[in-house]
Amino acid sequence: MDFESYDVLVVGGGLAGLRAAIAAVETNPRVKVGLVSKVYPMRSHTVSAEGGAAAVLRPEDSYETHAFDTIKGSDYLADQDVVEAFVREAPLEVIQMEHWGCPWNRDPDGKISARPFGGMTTWRTCFAADKTGFHMLHTVFQTSLKYPQIHRHDEAFVTKLLVEDGRCVGVVALDQRSGRFDAITAKAVILATGGAGRVYAFSTNGNICTGDGMALAYRAGVGLKDMEMVQFHPTGLPYTGILITEAVRGEGGYLTNKDGERFLKRYVPNKMELGPRDILSRAMTTEFEAGRGFEGPHGQYMHLDVRHLGEAVIDRKLPFMRELGREFVGIDIVTDPIPVRPVQHYMMGGVDVDIYGATSLSGLFAAGECANVGLNGGNRLGSNSLSECLVFGAAAGRAAAHHASSAGAAGANPVAALLKDEARRVEDAYLDKRGGEERIGVIREQLQKEMDAGAGVFRTRDGLGKLTRQIGELRERFERIKIEDSSRTFNTELTAALELDFMLEVADAITYSALAREESRGAHARRDFPERLDGEYLKHTIAHHTDELAPRLEYRDVHITNFKPQARSY
Amino acid sequence: MEKKITIQATRFDPEKDRAPRLQTYEIPFSDQSMVVLDALNYIKAHVDGSLSYRWSCRMGICGSCGMMVNGTPKLTCNAFVRDYWPRPIVVNPLSNFPVVRDLVIDIEDFMRKLKSIKPWIIRKQDLPLGAGEHRQTTAQIDDFRQFSQCINCMLCYAACPVYGLNDEFLGPAAIALARRYNLDSRDQGTRERLPVIAHSEGIWECSFVGECSVVCPKGVDPAKAIQQTKLDTTMRFVLPYGNRE
Repeated sequence: MDFESYDVLVVGGGLAGLRAAIAAVETNPRVKVGLVSKVYPMRSHTVSAEGGAAAVLRPEDSYETHAFDTIKGSDYLADQDVVEAFVREAPLEVIQMEHWGCPWNRDPDGKISARPFGGMTTWRTCFAADKTGFHMLHTVFQTSLKYPQIHRHDEAFVTKLLVEDGRCVGVVALDQRSGRFDAITAKAVILATGGAGRVYAFSTNGNICTGDGMALAYRAGVGLKDMEMVQFHPTGLPYTGILITEAVRGEGGYLTNKDGERFLKRYVPNKMELGPRDILSRAMTTEFEAGRGFEGPHGQYMHLDVRHLGEAVIDRKLPFMRELGREFVGIDIVTDPIPVRPVQHYMMGGVDVDIYGATSLSGLFAAGECANVGLNGGNRLGSNSLSECLVFGAAAGRAAAHHASSAGAAGANPVAALLKDEARRVEDAYLDKRGGEERIGVIREQLQKEMDAGAGVFRTRDGLGKLTRQIGELRERFERIKIEDSSRTFNTELTAALELDFMLEVADAITYSALAREESRGAHARRDFPERLDGEYLKHTIAHHTDELAPRLEYRDVHITNFKPQARSY
Repeated sequence: MEKKITIQATRFDPEKDRAPRLQTYEIPFSDQSMVVLDALNYIKAHVDGSLSYRWSCRMGICGSCGMMVNGTPKLTCNAFVRDYWPRPIVVNPLSNFPVVRDLVIDIEDFMRKLKSIKPWIIRKQDLPLGAGEHRQTTAQIDDFRQFSQCINCMLCYAACPVYGLNDEFLGPAAIALARRYNLDSRDQGTRERLPVIAHSEGIWECSFVGECSVVCPKGVDPAKAIQQTKLDTTMRFVLPYGNRE
């Protein structure tokens, strides 16, 4: 049997995946790269990132300050060697994006401009208006088109990693157009599939953010690190969860409660609106509980007010926010305050990788939001994630290219057998379930609602314990799903079922990891354990897949270099 | 009494159907914030799991949920149901494209055209990273800013009568993106893009109906890009030494 075969195969066509693909061919122009994405790359969720990409480019800034801001923001759960390497690479990557055509906003001297961002002590967030992710993604995608060595498989859904003799040798992918299962082999595979925010109901994440890469690696025996660390962004639009960028606060926006009070003075008096996301989300939730939010048809909300900035600043620096206000809320942010509330936004947790993106499985790498390299710890600072996709996407691309030059090709016979097994598994588990009774959409909505309730901004043992049982029940119901769509052609019901299967795995890893961490650190706020306990929990949680409902949890020490843990106050 | 909205959606499964047909769904319309995409999602989750369409970001930036809504190309994530109710909403796949399945269109033609215009910065000599960034003024960015807003949603191709008649036509989005790079002060590739753009199926096909600019959800003005490019190309022939590079 013939299979498409590559030196390096990238799964995911967002910023990290495309950066990895380009890095691989620039490391070695003879490397043949495959890029599999379940959507066209320019539809990837990077497109929704708004505020900017952090990098030390200004003379008044320093690597040390960027590192310290990141480590303090992480509530000391970041690996400090990783952070130190990251802050040195980020400026080069931002300049590389400039050379590739990214329309960064500029200072009067023509250099790349920067804006302030939450938790960053100086202006280091480079931006392209408030569509930074959109512009970066289109820049890197369009640039990738000039490399003939990069072969794309668009709208192909990876259902399984091919593992042979303890190494990853490729993937099985469902071509959505034809409905055919293909084995795509490679000497090295990079997962860059993005986050898993859609396990929550109220999220800024696109429909495609279902944790596929995390679940693929997890099932192949690779650990998921710090999955309890789920970021809630303080400012999402009620109902839709559309992100109102932190740049709105960076540019000087105020958050006020129904009494017209800038309530953050009670929580982060020295930083106010420029406090980090985890603290602001908790502050808002606490205010809601005290009844100091505005009441709306979709629950309580606060006001985010930029009226005092004036139309000129808004149009130069926040034009997309004005567009979103007009089109989705029916307000003009020049004259009206924006209704906002905390919303799931980002997964700090992900596939356990080292600084080169390598996992414990030979030949398998990961980068971007689906990976956890140890940069973000308990709370990611805004504008570090776009830079992370560049720095660690490039690192994984280079490492995979090197790995490919020394690894042998996969043997065809075991791959043929593995492909056949996987195609049959999906047939049996999904397409032959026309007699089932459970609707995928209904199970999915239930999962999302329960995750919001049990693993949200604040957690408790009771809530998390109940959630583990609810997820268990949903898994049982998932066994009885009904697939109405019998077509092979673009069967989005089948892909939604495959995604839901992955989401249940990820939700389980989040919940059990959260239940076991009996302290409060970063985004993980336990009402029953409000203190940070460095003696016991200055450690990464690693969740390993088992055949039971509960994962096997291990812990690993955090790498501390120059910054000793101290109380986190702002 | 609970309000209802009637959605009629195109169904087409190439494995079974010879021609597309319309299927009618009646679903609750309970929320003023509901958009046409929410209605489709309600149908898929609760009524008919086999309805196929693309969507992702739900905030008008990923470009995947474009469909014809009552005959007009729209992003369904910001087409509000309240603006149509109580009349029924008819949702068809974007016009002028082959249909893969139901509301899913084939955009491979655009993907080839996008690549053909070389949408990347072309320079005689790349600046090394160590040399830092190219300097660029805000005014220089303003030259190409609007053309860089294209989300590849294909609404402009669905609205373009020329593309409807001749799919060899390069089309509005591809020309706007070529213009985006040609106008970028960092780029030196105008001459390399010329053969594709000045090709007879390039800009000269455009009859300047201007519908592409009307339907663009991002305020890009592809019609302007086409007119500018026509002028620019003509000037190159008339004034061979007047090239900008």
